[in-house]
Amino acid sequence: MATTEIRITGFGGQGVILCGYIIGKAASIFSDQHATLTQSFGPEARGSACSAQVIVSSDPVLYPYVTAPHVMLAMSSDGYQTNKDTMAEESILVYEMDLVKPDKHGPKVKTFGIPATRIAEELGRKIVLNIVMLGFLGAVTGFVPQEALRKAVESSVPSGTEELNLKAFDKGYDYGVQLKKEKAKMTV
Amino acid sequence: MPRVTTHRLLSSLMNVSTATSAKCFALILPYFACGSRKVRRRYQLKASSDNVLTGSHYLDGNHAAAEGAIAAGCKFFAGYPITPSTEIAERVSRRFPLIGGIFIQMEDELASMGAILGASWGGVKSMSCTSGPGFSLMMENFGLGIMLETPCVLVNVQRGGPSTGLPTLPGQADMMQARWGSHGDYEVIALAPVSPQESFELAIHAFNLSEKYRMPILIMTDECVGHMTEKVVIPPPEEIELVERRYTDKPAGKAWPFELTDDLISPMLPVGKGYKFHITGLTHDERGYPIINAEAQEKNVRRLIDKVNKHVDEIIWIEEKDVEDADIVIMAYGISARVMQPAITKARKEGIKVGQIKMVTVWPFPEKRVRELADKVKALIMVEMNYGQVFLELDRCAAGKCRTYLAGHAGGTVHDPENIYNTIKEAAK
Repeated sequence: MATTEIRITGFGGQGVILCGYIIGKAASIFSDQHATLTQSFGPEARGSACSAQVIVSSDPVLYPYVTAPHVMLAMSSDGYQTNKDTMAEESILVYEMDLVKPDKHGPKVKTFGIPATRIAEELGRKIVLNIVMLGFLGAVTGFVPQEALRKAVESSVPSGTEELNLKAFDKGYDYGVQLKKEKAKMTV
Repeated sequence: MPRVTTHRLLSSLMNVSTATSAKCFALILPYFACGSRKVRRRYQLKASSDNVLTGSHYLDGNHAAAEGAIAAGCKFFAGYPITPSTEIAERVSRRFPLIGGIFIQMEDELASMGAILGASWGGVKSMSCTSGPGFSLMMENFGLGIMLETPCVLVNVQRGGPSTGLPTLPGQADMMQARWGSHGDYEVIALAPVSPQESFELAIHAFNLSEKYRMPILIMTDECVGHMTEKVVIPPPEEIELVERRYTDKPAGKAWPFELTDDLISPMLPVGKGYKFHITGLTHDERGYPIINAEAQEKNVRRLIDKVNKHVDEIIWIEEKDVEDADIVIMAYGISARVMQPAITKARKEGIKVGQIKMVTVWPFPEKRVRELADKVKALIMVEMNYGQVFLELDRCAAGKCRTYLAGHAGGTVHDPENIYNTIKEAAK
């Protein structure tokens, strides 16, 4: 049984929940896995730190909450600081490098940073930051196939913005592939 | 056509924004009663392709429940928003304009419950949703629905209580309120889904039960299932079976709204077709007129109770697994029936013979089955997010023949499977 717990953090308005929704949809609708999305509701989710949790598994998800995420996607410093200690011992941290300055993590935590805000701005809309991050996450983690994520992006964003969002996704994805290559070279 | 009718209704409602729930009831009823034939024909209910979003979706439990209701042919929704149930109202309010349904945000929960009763008597399938404090406010008119034997569906997305409690976090502590929350003596039917998929399916089932037994049906879900997003497969309309409302086959002037029948379920009388009849929350006879004495009370209330009890075997829906050779049987409903799975797997791996019963219907309680099991097993466990509500029924039916345990907590989060495992270990001693 392969199970991946994912936590996405950021501040309200960044598209944290949509990011989780797309991951879950990609896994459960477009790649034949099971995926359960839960989110932090309540006053703390409006404007300040907010988070979405997704569990992706080859088997039905029985316990719906994320306890120790294998993957954390951090889009704000606040969100990162609040949740960093919950990460599983062996895990992947994916972060926006202009917004989050990660602490030193243990040797089993792989960290991948991306200037997603700058990339989004270059695309003309800062708002697609979350989709850039999503593409990046897809490339460096690989627990949901690229095509499934693309389809989920296309069918989840507001109509009329598909092209822009797919471009954002691809930019993030390519950046991730490149970064992984460079990291692999360094370890060799 | 639907657009015009929606307008008419809304404009007439705006003038009575302070109406009491009784007024709302009176208002909604003649509206549907007077609707033109053409409009009324739209409400002849089949799972129509307009209503059913066949395919795979990624939906939360609340949206899924709304889709289930729509697939079942629900065409009237009245409610007052309250976390964590609001997504049901949101979904319905967006979908209804496309399919000729009517959505009203009422001034409060008292009025909402009254409005859905009126709409139902007007001839459409109706529903509302609420949570915690709103459920308390709906209780009086819920009792009216029981007394008038009115088909409708009420969803309670349970949060932590008492009072305002935990608006954004799960609870299962309204279960006894569901059973006894309105005054007087009566039976209820309550369902509890474990997932968004089941939220969809049980919404349809609830409407079918409400039409079959001519009574309000409760869906007692919770914040966790309501706000959890998962894959929901919506079947094609021809695979969705719907129970149609049973109307009298007697002519106007010879039919009564509470006619005595063998199955104790009276056929309803249609409105706007020449049937003139009276219904009241007062104790009444078959004709629907108030009779204020002990004899009429015995007949009336006894039938409300017997109509459920007589059909209890076909109403109760429980799913058993590994019960036949079990030493311990663990029972749960809603999200708790799901969260207990890891604990059961762990215990069975260690050789503890644990069987399980998932209660899809919580009320009526599966009394007969629990009494049978109490004779055979060493212990029965109830898992629920409260400090012992449905557990009381389990304990009563066990009648001292086996040990009983409660795995409970006050709500705010789902059970830690480890705690359920510990209860199993304790019971296995």
